[in-house]
Amino acid sequence: MAQMRSMTFDALIIGGGGAGLRTALQLSGSGYRTAVVSKVFPTRSHTVSAQGGITCAIGSADAEDDWRWHMYDTVKGADYIGDQAAIEYMCRTGPEVVFELEHMGLPFSRTDEGRIYQRPFGGQSREYGKGGQAARTCAAADRTGHALLHTLYQNNLRHETTFFNEWFAVDLVLNSAGTVTGVIAINIEDGETVLLQSRATVLATGGAGRIYASTTNAHINTGDGIAMALRAGIMVQDMEMWQFHPTGIHGAGVLVTEGCRGEGGYLINRDGERFMERYAPNAKDLAGRDVVARSMVLELQEERGCGDERDHLLLKLDHLGEEVLNSRLPGICELARTFAHVDPVREPIPVVPTCHYMMGGVPVNIDGQILRQADDGSDEVVAGLYACGESACVSVHGANRLGGNSLLDLVVFGRATGQFIESALRDGISLESASSDDVERAMARLRRLDSGSAGNNGDTPAALRRAMQGIMQRCFGVFRSGELMRTGRDELQALRPRIEALSLSDQSSVFNTERFEVLELQNLYEVAEATAFTAELRTESRGAHAREDYQERDDENWLCHSLYWRDGNRCGRRAVNFSPAGMDAFQPTVRSY
Amino acid sequence: MGKDGSNVVSNKLQISIYRYRPEHDEAPWMQDLEYETGGRDLMVLDVLEGLREQDPSLSYRRSCREGVCGSDGMNISGRNNLACITPLSQAAPDGRLVLRPLPGLPVVRDLVVDMTMFYRQYESIAPYLINDSPPPAIERLQSPEQRAQLDGLYECILCACCSTSCPSFWWNPERFVGPAGLLQAWRFLADSRDTADEERLAGLEDAFSLFRCHGIQNCVASCPKKLNPTRAIGEIRNQLIKRAV
Repeated sequence: MAQMRSMTFDALIIGGGGAGLRTALQLSGSGYRTAVVSKVFPTRSHTVSAQGGITCAIGSADAEDDWRWHMYDTVKGADYIGDQAAIEYMCRTGPEVVFELEHMGLPFSRTDEGRIYQRPFGGQSREYGKGGQAARTCAAADRTGHALLHTLYQNNLRHETTFFNEWFAVDLVLNSAGTVTGVIAINIEDGETVLLQSRATVLATGGAGRIYASTTNAHINTGDGIAMALRAGIMVQDMEMWQFHPTGIHGAGVLVTEGCRGEGGYLINRDGERFMERYAPNAKDLAGRDVVARSMVLELQEERGCGDERDHLLLKLDHLGEEVLNSRLPGICELARTFAHVDPVREPIPVVPTCHYMMGGVPVNIDGQILRQADDGSDEVVAGLYACGESACVSVHGANRLGGNSLLDLVVFGRATGQFIESALRDGISLESASSDDVERAMARLRRLDSGSAGNNGDTPAALRRAMQGIMQRCFGVFRSGELMRTGRDELQALRPRIEALSLSDQSSVFNTERFEVLELQNLYEVAEATAFTAELRTESRGAHAREDYQERDDENWLCHSLYWRDGNRCGRRAVNFSPAGMDAFQPTVRSY
Repeated sequence: MGKDGSNVVSNKLQISIYRYRPEHDEAPWMQDLEYETGGRDLMVLDVLEGLREQDPSLSYRRSCREGVCGSDGMNISGRNNLACITPLSQAAPDGRLVLRPLPGLPVVRDLVVDMTMFYRQYESIAPYLINDSPPPAIERLQSPEQRAQLDGLYECILCACCSTSCPSFWWNPERFVGPAGLLQAWRFLADSRDTADEERLAGLEDAFSLFRCHGIQNCVASCPKKLNPTRAIGEIRNQLIKRAV
């Protein structure tokens, strides 16, 4: 390879979704040389698919609404392993951050008073669970993620952020002191490999739902940042916690927002029964997503599913009337017609629980600094590296995320990460250098793939990906058991050498999508393996992690985060934060809806 | 399409697909292929994913696979559309599917076009809210009626299906803003919160930026989100005329 070009920035953001763009905006708005590396044009990032809204106590639908109620709901929704200082920060700061988005131009739907429209979502309550259902999710019709992502991209254009669009980040560069100095990235359009150096590198690479066969996630959600961190020796947290969204369109996996149930829609089984009344007598269809998803799987197991195969349930919306559907849920009507061939104005939508969100990620503090565990078990910071958004685990979602909290997470912690880096840059972070050996280490994976020396035995990325997704779907789904998970883990690990040995049938440089497909599959594999090990480790049922062989929550042993390191598949534990800054913590109680 | 979604789709699909790999091909060529559909009414993107398993060198963009990210705009049997939401029953009713890159933009490879010019046009209209008065402590108020003015505008996904179907864009991409850019220009002009009407209009009053639109309406016909750039252009034109009087 010819001499590799290098470029240097004050801050480098990997990922152009909601979290990355919010971080970048903070920094470029303050005049720092900020670059975003995005493997797709930023408005094509998966934030664009978020539908129902951004949950936040702005007091529009209910003037008395209180961020502390939102905090309570989030702590309970997380099944008590969300970090309460972080949840407090998110819920308290949220209104300011949402108003900022409005000021930037986000076209929220409006109330008659001209304020931001808010709708009810799952797991929301007034008065700490005692005052009934709240309406706290701020919405731009059912296209809130689209509106948010475009608004952030537009404002980054205004502040002249540097964009490396359709560039793929391969691996982190760490120097001998363990400081992250930048990344190796490839320009997808011409194949040039470049060293991007920075004083601060931020992972904002989103989720990895493509480890499962059936997912609401985009093709690009391949856990690139998680895998980069794992390969760099950094630990990840709570990777067993995957959210299955109750309403993915049967067959297609496409998301149907929880806002449908917020607006008054409900689920029915083959007898036409509104079955959630049996499982969650108070919240019914607006119980936590984990609760609704499990109820649905039980209905299917008990042969009350719909259709000839009894393999799905129905989401009934027609009683809401055409006008509400067209004004509040226009995107859903379009998706249902396209992917389910039904018109929600007249017919219910066939749905099944579908992999949707990764609660785990790279552990960070509120400032976005990535944490590692010191020898005495305490947290310490990884120099030069930050994370925010779905790829990070701060942890505000714990064992189960509430609907509308992901967009809030992106912008609150995207901004907080940006603010922290901003002040650090102002104080003067020196640019750490990396030796050619350090760079060469980060190039190893790419060199192996490009040399074709690994000895491919006729495998294709598509076939291996399908095999991995099948294992994850079968063994690490809504309900789990030790035996099945161990089988799944062994089958999964048998795939590693084959995935690492993949070589390219197409060696060309220009827009070679096969090359990135292999790199992405390798990233997915790292995420899947982390999930397999931590899921088997946690011998209890909590939030999204439901075990048939350990059906109860076990606070004595498992009121903690799980940790995982790639080296030797080592697992560990980390304490949950019960120390909010300005109030008493919410203590674990029985979680019912 | 049948009401129950069961469409009669031929088992054997005849596909003709535009191929161009600059490192291998002296000129673009059309590759003829057959594809087993199993009689299912697949989306065009499903077919492409299947073809790419057989031939990994086939390149195209895709991401969300549900019509909201705007990655997979292409020319499908003569019409610009998104591959992920175009079913075979619509794209190949006679069992013949022709796939080409979006017209009017340089081809990078196969179905991938260089969208630099398209994005530049978008950037030219200052695609962000301008309001330099100090914001209130809460949101800026906007009535539901004022907000309704943005419907049919803000939903644009920047897929370029409209602009690349527009003859005025083909002739003058450097100077005509194109339907997607103009739709966004009106999105901000129509926003009750935006205070830069004068600057926005001044930027569009020359003979090319907007007035190269000849009302052909290919943009309307090709928009996968059913938006109407021609109407937006008409609204801006009215404002420009009013301003000139």
